[in-house]
Amino acid sequence: MGLFDRHAGLLEAYRDVRTTGADPFQIRMERVLSPTEAIINGRKTLLVGTNNYFGLTFDPSCMEAAIEAIRAEGTGTTGSRIANGSYSEHVLLEEEIAAFYGKKHCMVFTTGYQANLGVISTLVGQGDHLLIDADSHASIYDACKMTQAEVVRFKHNDPSSLESRLRRLGDKPGNRLVILEGIYSMLGDSAPLKEFVEVCKKYGAYVLVDEAHSLGALGETGRGLCESTGVLDDCHFIVGTFSKTLGAIGGYCVSNDPDFDILRVTVRSYMFTASLPPSIVASVRQALRVVKARPELRKQLWDNVATLYDGLAAQGFKLGPEHGPVVGVHLPDRMLAIGFWRAMLDAGIYVNVAVPPATPNGVSLLRCSVCAAHTPQQLEHMIEVMTGIGRQLGVISGAPKLRVVAGSR
Amino acid sequence: MPDPGTGEQLLRTAHQLIVENDDIANTLELPRLASRLDVIREICRHLAPYQAGERPIVGATVIAKDLTIDSLAIMDMVMELEDSFDVSIPMNVVAEIHTVDQLADTILDLRAKR
Repeated sequence: MGLFDRHAGLLEAYRDVRTTGADPFQIRMERVLSPTEAIINGRKTLLVGTNNYFGLTFDPSCMEAAIEAIRAEGTGTTGSRIANGSYSEHVLLEEEIAAFYGKKHCMVFTTGYQANLGVISTLVGQGDHLLIDADSHASIYDACKMTQAEVVRFKHNDPSSLESRLRRLGDKPGNRLVILEGIYSMLGDSAPLKEFVEVCKKYGAYVLVDEAHSLGALGETGRGLCESTGVLDDCHFIVGTFSKTLGAIGGYCVSNDPDFDILRVTVRSYMFTASLPPSIVASVRQALRVVKARPELRKQLWDNVATLYDGLAAQGFKLGPEHGPVVGVHLPDRMLAIGFWRAMLDAGIYVNVAVPPATPNGVSLLRCSVCAAHTPQQLEHMIEVMTGIGRQLGVISGAPKLRVVAGSR
Repeated sequence: MPDPGTGEQLLRTAHQLIVENDDIANTLELPRLASRLDVIREICRHLAPYQAGERPIVGATVIAKDLTIDSLAIMDMVMELEDSFDVSIPMNVVAEIHTVDQLADTILDLRAKR
């Protein structure tokens, strides 16, 4: 048996995908022009699938900060923080994130994936109990494979499902750690965090919230779902990423636990990988300042979300359950989703296509992510294009529903 | 057990099973002590949509191999069974379960240990 034989089924499915004429998993951006436009296949393409929620990848102040840092400190750190030491800026970034959340401690990781992977798998061990939402991100599932704790899934966004699982643990020894996400990355829905926190308090469980997609987007000052639901102080650990709203790469975890720093010498995804380069640390520090100084970006983002979500809903598309910076468009099956995605690309609009097994409940989705930098015209154009393709493919009915339906929703 | 006062109520709710039969749904109260047959029947009900061809689903059916169910759907089915029988089956235990028989035995073992 060859090494790749086990992937035979996947290879076949992948071949199917590529017969549509473009490979959604190997898109090449020949040139990125701005947070909302790139050249793909030789033509200018509207980007609506890049998680660039505030459009900060081209923010002049963030770019300048990164360039200056490279001049001052070079291109990379060439090692991990426990081996090569920390640069002052790593420590300053951690202090600034901790202060942003009003928490005592912060650890910065080289990616958000590594933050979840390392923190979750290390916080619980043999004899402990890890309870995760069924729709958790891959980094959380991978952490489950690395821990000796017993892992149990509860139904997505269902506090009563979590409660029955905590209740069943009864008086078994061991810590309980519950993992939730601020905004789920496929359908853009938020956890009922207040209700979850109540259940966790009742059963003495620790709470970790991943704010990867909600940093900047939710809360009065952009701290995420923990802030918008008023439970910041009840969440023991908050994880997040620099690769979405903050426009770079990296991850973090904040906590008030007095012994938190022991994770620096126990979390392997922190210890055995090179630390963030100076340019990234500098742009992230600046991006965090921008998030604090320009709340209007959050308003722009949500205005744009409303434009896209309501516009698509009015045309009869089946969407995720609520407004969110991620707008997931349900399609009946995998091949239709890929065909739709390809037609969108041909029409000059890039979104993500998400198909099983990467999606919850085996759904096929066009996954759109909205940016504060999108203009209303860009989004209106996108709705028009999607409506045309949707009608051609029979995903939505041909008759224009337009305003009447919009008014009644 | 220091369960909340509603523990008994929750337990009873968890035993309410919807059994579908040609579009007619009946709600049954499962006996407090689920028999092995009850458990097997419930597992088979969940697996029926994934039956491959005419081959019947039996105790020795290897869930991930003999049926058209994918790993995510298996985990979702386990979550439903957990609530039907009021037990939790940790993911590492699920990974070791291959056949319908093994899944039923695991559920019965966990129920006995409660």
